[in-house]
Amino acid sequence: MSGKSVAVKSSAYRALVAAEPGLWRRYALAFGFLLPALFLLGIWIVYPTVRTIVRSFFSDSGGRFVWFDNYKQLFTSDILRTAIKNNAIWVAVVPALVTAIGLIFAVLTERVSWSLAFKTAVFMPLAVSAFAAGITWRLVYLKDPDQGALNAGIRVAKDAVSVPGVLSEASPSTPALSRNGGGLMLRPSSRPGQVVRLGLTGIPPEGVPRGAVQAVTPVPKPGAIDGVVWRDFKPGGGQPGQVEQGELGLPGVTVQLEQNGKRVASSTTESDGRFAFADLKPGSYRVGIGAKTFAQPFAGISWLGASLITPAVIIAYIWIWAGFAMVVIAAGLSAIPRDVLEAARTDGGTEWQVFRRVTVPLLAPVLSVVFITMVINVLKVFDIVIAVAPESVQSNSNVLALALWRTAFSGSAQFGVGSAIAVFIFVLVIPILLLNIRRFKRDA
Amino acid sequence: MMATAAEVLTHKPALAEPRSRKIVRVLAKSPVQFALLVLGLLWLLPTFGLLITSLLSPVDFQVKGWWQVFSAPHKLTWSNYDAIFHNSTILHSLLTTGEIAIGATLLPIFVAALAAYAFAWLEFPGRDWLFILVIALLVVPLQMALIPIFSLYNTIGIYDTVIGLILFHTAFGLPFAVFFLRNFFIGIPRDLIEAARIDGASEIYIFVRVILPLGLPAIASLGIFQFLWTWNDLLVALTLARSTQPITVAIFSQLRTFGSNIEIIAPATFVSLIIPLAVFFAFQRYFVQGLLAGSIK
Repeated sequence: MSGKSVAVKSSAYRALVAAEPGLWRRYALAFGFLLPALFLLGIWIVYPTVRTIVRSFFSDSGGRFVWFDNYKQLFTSDILRTAIKNNAIWVAVVPALVTAIGLIFAVLTERVSWSLAFKTAVFMPLAVSAFAAGITWRLVYLKDPDQGALNAGIRVAKDAVSVPGVLSEASPSTPALSRNGGGLMLRPSSRPGQVVRLGLTGIPPEGVPRGAVQAVTPVPKPGAIDGVVWRDFKPGGGQPGQVEQGELGLPGVTVQLEQNGKRVASSTTESDGRFAFADLKPGSYRVGIGAKTFAQPFAGISWLGASLITPAVIIAYIWIWAGFAMVVIAAGLSAIPRDVLEAARTDGGTEWQVFRRVTVPLLAPVLSVVFITMVINVLKVFDIVIAVAPESVQSNSNVLALALWRTAFSGSAQFGVGSAIAVFIFVLVIPILLLNIRRFKRDA
Repeated sequence: MMATAAEVLTHKPALAEPRSRKIVRVLAKSPVQFALLVLGLLWLLPTFGLLITSLLSPVDFQVKGWWQVFSAPHKLTWSNYDAIFHNSTILHSLLTTGEIAIGATLLPIFVAALAAYAFAWLEFPGRDWLFILVIALLVVPLQMALIPIFSLYNTIGIYDTVIGLILFHTAFGLPFAVFFLRNFFIGIPRDLIEAARIDGASEIYIFVRVILPLGLPAIASLGIFQFLWTWNDLLVALTLARSTQPITVAIFSQLRTFGSNIEIIAPATFVSLIIPLAVFFAFQRYFVQGLLAGSIK
């Protein structure tokens, strides 16, 4: 509708239409075009909205008018309070993180030639259902480091820092050897010239350190404490505390020598289990096995447990939506005139200053759109929570939309409280969405 | 401007060096490239893990995660896929998903296009008011409708039917679709429409022969969105149906025993996401256009 002639023509046309006797037929025609849409909107959106609001003031069975009792439930029942608290965490964390990550990705991809490949990789999760994405992450989060990729990665990092002990499962074979901290200590004290026997049992065949051979009892030497650490177990019996034929020495075990509660020496066993502390001054010593030997291997963080489930679901959700933020912000970025940025650079601005003082302020409208859209999405989040969180922790990871479904449709049919939750979501979404619509109308 | 990766890569080094060393050298020069490469791979990793898991026998998976295939590629097997493609529940649910998604894409587009044409090009009293009212319905989250529609469907007997699900998705797709199409249609040159009117063409003829062909790009964008939205739905089907299960609900019902059902869950999930991905890759341009035009859902 640009030219003046068009405007003139259109007003002339309007006059023509007004004068026409078939005016009502034209209105009827317009109504005919609108009818299917109005019918669907009326039955499926307008009527249920009114109905849900009314329903929220009635008891769960629908028979009794209960004023605001259902809404009181929202803030008194533990389950619903957890849902509100979790949803508050979502709103506080997710929109800001998604927007920030999207901004970083959008700015960085401008600097590489293969940005399309990167954008496609990051954007892909958005095309997939949040439910399927949730399952994908549930697999990532499995607790056993032999199944869950995240814990497997953490194990690699952790094992690089602290190696698991050579004997993660073992217990003493005689009562003389007793637990001490994470390790074991021989209760009777020892003197130079003696031989000590540190027998261990409860070691599965695959738990025996590699290279172990038949255990050997050392011969006593003057001025030295000699000893053996061995697997004091022989199929079909044997005597505890005695090194016997067929029993393996345990190599690589850290043996510690203490005097008056202070560690004075430390040694590692050989492949036949022998160790020796030589050149000792006369006196009373105690022999033990260091805690390091029994250090447990990484058992996996329980991402799907009650305490970590909400952060775990949030990470998966950010994985989905970062691509959305990136693409929208990248489009905004490409609309910034290049010469503005060039001018800022030639004026001597560093990359960071240009980003902080020019790019971000110019992007502010786009950033706020992404942020607002994410707030709305997060208030209605459902699929991803139900997919990632096992049923046993769903009350810990509860959010409003999930709480609605669980109260009204999963087991108990509490339609009164369910309606109140729906209205609560609605009331939270309205002001935010109105902001968005104002922008729409400006753009339209 | 800094040198692009292409320039760096095409620059021939004086000495021949192994490709891996060359990649490392190029990446070391550019931390941004390196960071993005790592992030991109990280982003692909969960989906890749799902794919490989779906190709492992349950026995192998119980022993070790999907990364075992790097040392033992022969463990990959189609047996899980073979099983789910002979599993009538899964097959049936895929068919149901297709029915719902196609129905709930075509119907709202048609209905919205009719309404959008009226809002853009027909004269009637209260037109602008009504249009604003329709857009205002965008604020209603679909959670508001679940309980009354559940009761309504049970009363009129379309609970647990494909048509019930299609109608629900259609209604909730309409406000955005009407808004989106009306804004597109209004950009169609007035002269084209008035010329047709003066030639005596009926409004229905104009709608079918002028508006729909010219509106095709917008309709395509909208169609892709609506298709993905309904294909990916879980909540509506979970609430308004029981035995009419789309694939998401079929997988959901296996979730209670996640660890022991992984040989069904992983391949079924991968199948459920391969179709949206294919749609996304085939129509990426429209997808991004639609996304930029307004992401409100």
